[in-house]
Amino acid sequence: MKKSKILIGAAIICLAGFIAIAADHIDAPAVASGTSDITDMYAFQAQDTDNVVFVANMQGLLAPGDTGTASFDENVLIEFNIDNNGDATEDLVIQALPRNGKMYFFGPIAPSQTGLSSMVMDANGFNVVDITAYGSNAIVETNNNMRFFAGPRDDPFFMDFAQYGEIIAGNASMFNDPGSDTFAGTNVLSVVVEVPKSMVGSGDSVNVWVETKRKQ
Amino acid sequence: MKTINRIIKSNDVLESIYSYAICTGFVMLLSLMTYSCSSDDDAIIPGPQTPDFSGTFIQEDQMGRPAINTVFVDMGSKDAFNTTVPSGQGAAFQSMFQNKLLALNPDYTTNALTFTAEQFTTALATDVLTVSLTGTTTFFDGTNVLTGRALADDVISTELLLIFGGPDGTEKPGLTDDNVDGNDKPFLSSFPYLASPW
Repeated sequence: MKKSKILIGAAIICLAGFIAIAADHIDAPAVASGTSDITDMYAFQAQDTDNVVFVANMQGLLAPGDTGTASFDENVLIEFNIDNNGDATEDLVIQALPRNGKMYFFGPIAPSQTGLSSMVMDANGFNVVDITAYGSNAIVETNNNMRFFAGPRDDPFFMDFAQYGEIIAGNASMFNDPGSDTFAGTNVLSVVVEVPKSMVGSGDSVNVWVETKRKQ
Repeated sequence: MKTINRIIKSNDVLESIYSYAICTGFVMLLSLMTYSCSSDDDAIIPGPQTPDFSGTFIQEDQMGRPAINTVFVDMGSKDAFNTTVPSGQGAAFQSMFQNKLLALNPDYTTNALTFTAEQFTTALATDVLTVSLTGTTTFFDGTNVLTGRALADDVISTELLLIFGGPDGTEKPGLTDDNVDGNDKPFLSSFPYLASPW
């Protein structure tokens, strides 16, 4: 099943679109390295198996020396979108918006409108947690079996992006073994929220994506 | 109670509570406050002291599954992909995804999920992450596929395998695993799960 090196090389040259850093770090010109740049989203069953966890990471590739001065943008709304009937349209949102050193959380709640334009859904109130400062222990707020965190964390993403770049450039034909994690030693700004599964859907699964939206 | 459990009522609600308390006595006010604190919904109700959350917010970035925009969208369309609602992404981007897949791997026939190029890119173009509410949540753990994304999941190697590995995952072995299999810091077993920063 082995393919010739030439074929592999041809395939690799076609990888031009792969140049931007995975997973979603600096994925597109309008958001690259800005305060609305999403680096990753995770969604998984919590330690309490009745709960589900949503993670949004922002502003990736922060060196330790730059992490203390990195901050969430008060004009950028971070919004988890949850589709619980399979039509890839959000039925519920969990919104996070920073104000004066705190992260405010809204939902899960049905949005007033779906799509590219949003208002903060604050009619039913909010939860709030102090944004954890770099170097401090994680500050966690708990309310009604929901949990909230916002602040710098180690970037959980891992990939040998450097070798990938070598492959793209035609300087290598395959990955190294072992590889080297290009994201080792770098940080992100994280928003982590845990909610009871019963608050997001009653079926076997939901579809989830995260968005950043800028105040106009 | 923690700060988060405080109830801040809006001005007119406070006013009515105070009026009621004046009529019926301080003990009644206390009982009202106790009732408020133990109610089912103890999220904070916005009041006069809460920040300004007003305004319209317009989308700039989005993601569901890892690396989808990075891998499958042409450079000139990446911002457009980030600002197309997921329910519209399939119609707008599936053919671009298929062309990109076949450019990445001209030998593509099917992959370990038995998806043809069209089936695979149709599934990928709608960039949402399906998350199980009934059990294991993982991108791929050897058994479960696309039931969520856990912190430790080796999502890049999974995607490389599905792009380059062929029907049984054995093709182009030098390109199907970057051989970085885990994070550089251990994750936490409890909230907030992510490791402390470097």
